[in-house]
Amino acid sequence: MIGLVSYLVFFAIVASILAIAVLGLNLQWGNTGLFNGGVVAFFGAGAYGTLILGGGPQDGQLGGFGLFYPLALLGGMATAGLLAWGVGILTLRLRHDYLAISTFGIAVAFENLMRNAQWLGGGAQGLRGFDRPLRAALGDGFLYNILFLLCVLVLLVLTYRFLETLVASPFGRQLRAIREDETAARSLGKTPARIRLTAFVTGSVIMGLAGGLYGTFYAFVSPQDILPTLTFQIWAMLIVGGAGNNKGAVLGAFLIWGAWTASGWALSRFAPIEAQLYTGSIQYILIGLVIVGMLLWRPQGLLPERLVVSQLGRTKT
Amino acid sequence: MIQHLLDGILVGAVLSLGAAGLTMVMHMLRFANFSHAELLSIGAYSALVFDALFKGISPVLAAQIGLLSMTGALALSMVFSMVITGISAVIFDKLIFRRVREKGEELSMVFASFGLALIIRNAIGLIFGLQTKLYSQDIVFATVLSRDPLVLVKPDQLATLGITLAIILLLHLILSRTIFGYALRAVAENPSLAQVNGINLQRMIVVVWVLGGGLAALAGVFYGLNNQITPVIGRDLVLPIFAATIVGGIGSIYGALLGGFVVGTAANLAVMVLPSGYSPSMPFLIIIAVLLIRPNGLFGEERT
Repeated sequence: MIGLVSYLVFFAIVASILAIAVLGLNLQWGNTGLFNGGVVAFFGAGAYGTLILGGGPQDGQLGGFGLFYPLALLGGMATAGLLAWGVGILTLRLRHDYLAISTFGIAVAFENLMRNAQWLGGGAQGLRGFDRPLRAALGDGFLYNILFLLCVLVLLVLTYRFLETLVASPFGRQLRAIREDETAARSLGKTPARIRLTAFVTGSVIMGLAGGLYGTFYAFVSPQDILPTLTFQIWAMLIVGGAGNNKGAVLGAFLIWGAWTASGWALSRFAPIEAQLYTGSIQYILIGLVIVGMLLWRPQGLLPERLVVSQLGRTKT
Repeated sequence: MIQHLLDGILVGAVLSLGAAGLTMVMHMLRFANFSHAELLSIGAYSALVFDALFKGISPVLAAQIGLLSMTGALALSMVFSMVITGISAVIFDKLIFRRVREKGEELSMVFASFGLALIIRNAIGLIFGLQTKLYSQDIVFATVLSRDPLVLVKPDQLATLGITLAIILLLHLILSRTIFGYALRAVAENPSLAQVNGINLQRMIVVVWVLGGGLAALAGVFYGLNNQITPVIGRDLVLPIFAATIVGGIGSIYGALLGGFVVGTAANLAVMVLPSGYSPSMPFLIIIAVLLIRPNGLFGEERT
């Protein structure tokens, strides 16, 4: 019984962390129409940034700053934001293909850098030597996970509230305006390039937060954690939940992560031994089918975006 | 140095063929097609199947052509594979892209192409296995072009380069000298205006997919011939091919051809400066460099 509960806690922690990342993507894609093909780069920047800033010293490696944990987490978020700013400033003025390709490229390059740069992120073995905050007081057991879950949930709710407020604000209306018709927005004196850059960086900082929490939870991050697969999973979550709807984003995260874990478990349990090698392939095909299927049959997702009328016009008679 | 340059040109030939097809699709349908590189895999694997088939049917075809490791069977398979890949591209468009397009969501197409790429790549892995395959088990010895500096080249590589250049020339002639070529460029420039002039848009889209698929199949077979065939060809080549289209400017076929060679040689020359582990990052660095210096590519025009 306690095994099941502790597994559920573990599941909820990972799903909530991913939900935060999906919320970040929702700001970019759902509200602003920016295609981010490299979610995992910003997630990874948050994770590596947090662990390098907050970790203990390692031989021949950058790090050992041992910063106070909240500062390290903020640093990780800032790393993700800087990365997004760099990509955004180069691509957001051009046609949208460039953003899709460049963000995809930065994810490949980031993973490649972390795999090779021993001095920076520990290379293929990953980054160790990070002490989870309050570990001395709480230990490594069930209690720690419960408290960690509570913290993640609080951050999830805060992110959600922040985004809801942001989307309902004049700034949120600008985002939707340039998503729907950039020329019209410009004719009203808005500067789409700057607004898009702000939204892109903000979304990426939120992904960085998710990455930082992920790294903290495992006290470890390696190139294996930042493979392109994670990008696809996070998208599937948003598309299933409903792009443009923050509740949908959270719902999608739990649904897809549940389906992913369940299918992995079922395949490892029931599939014949010789098929085990192909478990990953089958799961990726499923993710691909979910993405394509949703786009074909229910592009608005399970919880569609609610269109808001900010100023009520005269009612028709 | 010369060896790296030569290797780069040969890789560039494969990228050029892939990028030429991709840039046409991107220009006409206006979306970044992340599943294009999977067409190379489809081409490489269908040639593998046909190759085995033809070798079984006729032992004459199993003989190697001259110094090449390529056999008559493989040469014939290449043609069949181009047809099959072209048809697959049309089917993918009918099943997925056209339906998403008709819903009017331009950017959803990019998502759909990612989903499709995942499905194709892993389905190939399931069908053919994850291990690498080769067209020929024979070892082909490289010919020494010069001893000092040492420059080696395989006959296969020269054949690849020769055929690529011939195909590029053919493509150029079709685009610049035939009515069909004008129609194709007209549609890419301005679909509505082209339709007013009596060009059938749907048919042109089909043709573009067939052309793109055929070129991709050729590139896939050449890649398989000079390297090896794995289900992750698409994953490894998608970024270099995109880099080639961006270098050339999206929509410019000549740009894409040149871009392929630029990306191929730059990536190979970079190995002299950077550790070779970093080579997967090279296409990204090239993209960034182009965006900094000449955002619309060498031959591209500004278009939103």
